[in-house]
Amino acid sequence: MSYESQFIKENKSESKFEFISNYKIEIDKKRTDRRIKLSNTSRYIFSLSLIFAVSVLLILLYRIGVDSIGWLNVDFLTGRLSIFPEKAGIYSVIIGSVYLTLIVIPVTLILGVSTAVYLEEYAPSGIINRVINTNISNLASVPSVIFGLLGLTVFSRMLNLGSSILAGGLTLSLLVLPIIVVSSQEAIRAVPGFLKEASLAMGATKWTTIRKVILPVAIPGILTGSILSISRAIGETAPLVVLGIPTLILTTPSTIFDDFTALPIQIYYWTLDTVLTAEYANLAAATIVVLLVVLFVMNSAAIIIRNKFQKKF
Amino acid sequence: MNENTKVRDIIHNNISNKKNTIEKIMPMFFLVMASISVVTTIGILLTLVIDASKFFAAVPIKEIFSTDLAPLNADPSFGILPLINGTLFTTIIAILVAAPIGLSAAIYLSQFASDKVRRLLKPIIEVLAGIPTIVYGFFAYSFVTPILMKLIPSLGAKNVLSPGIVMGIMIIPMITSLSEDAMNSVPEIMKEGAYGLGSTKLEVALKVVIPGAISGILSSIVLSISRAIGETMIVTIASGSSKNFTFDITQSMQTMTGYIVEFTSGDAASGTTGYYSLYAVGLLLFIFTLGMNMLAQYISHRYREEY
Repeated sequence: MSYESQFIKENKSESKFEFISNYKIEIDKKRTDRRIKLSNTSRYIFSLSLIFAVSVLLILLYRIGVDSIGWLNVDFLTGRLSIFPEKAGIYSVIIGSVYLTLIVIPVTLILGVSTAVYLEEYAPSGIINRVINTNISNLASVPSVIFGLLGLTVFSRMLNLGSSILAGGLTLSLLVLPIIVVSSQEAIRAVPGFLKEASLAMGATKWTTIRKVILPVAIPGILTGSILSISRAIGETAPLVVLGIPTLILTTPSTIFDDFTALPIQIYYWTLDTVLTAEYANLAAATIVVLLVVLFVMNSAAIIIRNKFQKKF
Repeated sequence: MNENTKVRDIIHNNISNKKNTIEKIMPMFFLVMASISVVTTIGILLTLVIDASKFFAAVPIKEIFSTDLAPLNADPSFGILPLINGTLFTTIIAILVAAPIGLSAAIYLSQFASDKVRRLLKPIIEVLAGIPTIVYGFFAYSFVTPILMKLIPSLGAKNVLSPGIVMGIMIIPMITSLSEDAMNSVPEIMKEGAYGLGSTKLEVALKVVIPGAISGILSSIVLSISRAIGETMIVTIASGSSKNFTFDITQSMQTMTGYIVEFTSGDAASGTTGYYSLYAVGLLLFIFTLGMNMLAQYISHRYREEY
């Protein structure tokens, strides 16, 4: 290589380098700084939304906690309902909610799991599957108050159940059905195909395979879904109010055909009546604490079951 | 057991005995159970349509589209416009609160947050979604309204503003989680391409992630509108039951859901026009929410980016 060509090459590369660096300095420097700054600032603006959401949650819990202090005690949990705030207790209200749950659990489990098994194992494709699946996703978005109207017409009036626990429980069961169907479907779908195929290859019939292989493996997922749907049912107010639950029931329900009141309904009536008696707000807050504790325990149980018992394949 | 018995025969015998009937019964049983969800939908439609038609037969169409609503008067009138008005205002306020906050939370979670922060924050957002609406109603009435009253002295004890805001807070988690899912499904390779060309995080979020996820974002907003229209307890408690036709959000308005709750928990005697009006309002509510859900599905199919 001659001296000259070497010189030219160096010179060229130098000039090329200069060109790039000049370009960077003149055009990009300010603009890049501004863009990076903007990006960093926007990060904080976006995070404000989450700070807002979290602080609303904290304020809500704090506010309800403060309101319930002094009212939430053993007498309140074991006492009977009363129009006098100092004497009022929510024993019969808790029993009402327990009865409701006792109806919702078996009805939703049987209906929901059967639907999921049918959709996933017996009719995994085709028109029936499509109709039921579309129907369930639409049903999930029907406002709860409309389920109340259905319950009012069918269970209360046509079957003559009135505003009994049975009418309320059946209405709520239909309301939460989509939740348990979808989560059971996911749980069944997550069962590995080789387990099913191994069982069928050993000569087991379809029903035996479902009963002894698929359901046992899918049960943690099904349980998680059913706990979530039951906790939704426990907190639901509107359909029960539409069924026409009387405002003040002093007796504790003893059968599923009795009139009843449940935690969310009692919160509703006490909140409405704070105009008349200011202390009702404290009673409502104390009942809300009970409701939130129940929901928190149930949701924690659902998460624990999901994390602990879900088998990995 | 003699020597000639084959495994195949044993299996065959097992199947052909009692199991055979169960094998035939179980699919039928499951089909019957699965069809109950369809029966529920049909039941909802039938109850609403049958009883609403009695209402439409009794009330002239001109009265229905009027602004006079007084179902309990001696000479009752059933104008639906005040209810639609109330629903419209609470829904608009709720979306104005929820959409910006929910979307920026989704952008933050999908673009800016570290894994640790995301794992901490997502469950907290989910908790907001799990709180029963009656609790939000109590919160709106006993906490948000008094605070707003200090800021706006003319605010009524029952008003549209406070339940609208609280309803917005309630649907933030819905918008956040649906939009975040949509944003996370934008392929990593597109984001990395943009970063490789020197984009900042904000530019990637605004020019790559949001356009890529627009179908999911839009449908999440439409779904939350549907949720806000159907929401009952917050508006029943905090927005009251005034049946006036007004555009003043500091005053009480009644929503369609609020009307149903007020009228059934009162003394709606079966068979009166007032009783049937519940079902007419319910039918309208059903059509609105169903329409919104179909719109959401249409958007998410129509504008979906295929990667």
